[in-house]
This record gives sequence, C-alpha cells and structure tokens, in this order.
Amino acid sequence: MSKIVTVGISDINLVSAPDVLVTYALGSCVGICLLDPLSRLGGLAHIMLPSSKQLPNIPPSNKFADTAILNLVKQMESLGARKARLKAKIAGGACMFNCVNNTAISNIGKRNVAEVKNILATLGIPILAEDTGSDYGRTLYFYPENGTMKIKSALKGESFY
Amino acid sequence: MQENIYKNLGAAQIDVLAEIGNIGSGNAATALSTMLNTSISIQTPTVKIMDINKAADMLGGPENVVVGILSVMQGDVEGMMLFLLESEFACKTLNVLLGSDYKDFNSIDEMGQSALIEIANIMAYSYANALAALTDFFISLTVPSMCYDMLGAVLSEPSIVFAEVGDQLMFIKGDMNVAGENMKSHMLMIPEAKSLQKIMEKLGVQG
Repeated sequence: MSKIVTVGISDINLVSAPDVLVTYALGSCVGICLLDPLSRLGGLAHIMLPSSKQLPNIPPSNKFADTAILNLVKQMESLGARKARLKAKIAGGACMFNCVNNTAISNIGKRNVAEVKNILATLGIPILAEDTGSDYGRTLYFYPENGTMKIKSALKGESFY
Repeated sequence: MQENIYKNLGAAQIDVLAEIGNIGSGNAATALSTMLNTSISIQTPTVKIMDINKAADMLGGPENVVVGILSVMQGDVEGMMLFLLESEFACKTLNVLLGSDYKDFNSIDEMGQSALIEIANIMAYSYANALAALTDFFISLTVPSMCYDMLGAVLSEPSIVFAEVGDQLMFIKGDMNVAGENMKSHMLMIPEAKSLQKIMEKLGVQG
C-alpha cells in the first residue's frame, strides 16, 4: 500500500515510490516536484514568495522559492539522490484576484514562477512539464513511481503531466 | 520583529478588534436587510489568529469550493477584506434580490455577478467604515474582484501579504443568518501588520 503524504503551505517533504505527495489548492503559490528517477525519490515544495533575499528582515524559510528548493535538494541528496539526475515539474502561480494588481503583491504568481525557473536553471535541474499561470486554483499530486504530476482543479477537472 | 504583533496581541486588543467587527457586521446586516427586504441576524464576530495552514481547515478545508470576493484596503490602513460565501448562499441571496432562479454559481450571469460584487462591496464598506469611524483614519477600498474556486487558492493572495511579515494570519470572522436560514459566510478583515499597529496606537490600546 502506498501512503499519501501532504505538503502544507511553506513546507517541503519527500517520499520514496510508491508513496505519493500531495499539496492542496495552490493559488498564486507554486508547487515544485523534484524526482530522482534512479533512487525513485520524489520531493515536493509549496512556496508562497519568490526570494528570501528581497526580505532580509525575516529568517529564510521554506515559504521562499530559493530557500525551499535548496533545502529540498539537500534533503534528497542526504537520502541518496544526486542533483545531476534531478528533474522538475511545476504548477501554480495563478492570479486569483485582479484587484491585487496595484498592490505590493501584484503579479506575485508570475514572479513566483519566474523565480522558481531561475533557481532550477541555476541548479541545472531541467523542467519537464509545467501547468502555471491563469486564474484558477490547483491541487497537485506527485507520483515518484513514474514521475507523473496530476493537477486537479475545481472547474477544469484533472490533467496529467 | 513585526510578526510578533500577532503573537503578542493581548485580550484588550482582541476585544477592540472584535468590537470593530461587531459594529461592522451590524452595519452590514442592516444594509443587506434593507436591500433584500428580509431579516438578517448575525453572530458575534470572533477574532482569530492562526497559522496559515490551519486557517483553511477552519473555514471548511483547502479544497472546499467557495465564492471569494476581495477588496484591497488603501489609505491610512492597508490590508484586505475578503467576503467568503458558499455558492448556495450566493444564489439564494441573488434570487431574493433579483427574483432570479440561479441554481449554482456557474449559472449566475453577468447581471447576477455584478449584483454579488455590489453586495460584497456594501459588506466591505460596512466594516471599513466601522474601523474608520473609531480610528478617524481614512480608508478606501478598491472595486472588489470575485472568484469561485478552492478555498486554499482563494486565501493564497491574502496569505501572501502576511507571509512577508510572519506565518500567521489574523482575521475577524463573522457569520450571518438570512431569513432564518443558517447560511455560511465569512467576512475576513485582514489588516497588514503595520496598519494593525497603527490602529492599536490610535485607539490607545496596550496589549
């Protein structure tokens, strides 16, 4: 029997196949799935903000794309994964409400996605699939068994990547 | 650190916020009751300060599909007002107001949607005016925008405003009963940490 492990907001977690990772209702947040196909180790991060460097007054934590991805890679490596083998799939980064667009968090979804791509590129981790942007929430299931990312939304049904 | 303002809110400060919520929901119920020509009762609002992950659970779970209508507070106080309601409540309210026959959110046409946004606008202003009257602050609200989606996603943008200062979300939560029916709706008033500090200073409340 496989277990389903939930990843909360501003959280990271990892499992070995056949266990499954899930994070619920990504809005402007971004979910980042990392897979090491050889050890069949999968990791998932749910980030809210792009960069810890832009907010030096608060301690870096897994709510930031940069910190969360680095922490996740480190944890996966400590369990036998190799950075050079990692592959990524990402989802989320929607804009739920237009009226936030003249505030400090305007385009936060897009900025989150851009920063996630930037960090993955720096680490040399290729992005195999993405389901990002637009204006709806996404629940993300990640199956390290075969690397599938399943996206479930309230009105648009399910898609597989 | 700014986030401590939430962790360190004392009983006196929570009482003040609850009172702002009380006056706000009173105003909102009166306005809505006049508009719909039906009786509306409200429960005493509660002030909740909680972890972002727990907030979604308390409001029905992250995948619970709700109508969310958000206005941004600007002026002396910055933050957001988020009106959350179940699809069923939205339809029943509109059917009373417009004599329409909406069955679920997706059947609501443009006319119904703009009426719903107007209702949320009246609700949001009822709370903002209560706050403005008590503090003498100038507060304006943007035209609301609406979405119908999973609660966790609806809460993500308001949560991000808070994420910049801490991991906790503070809101004033009020429930409403319309025409004797217990309809689930919540008005979340979400001031930014700095604005919350200003409100407390202005009202002379020590924690």
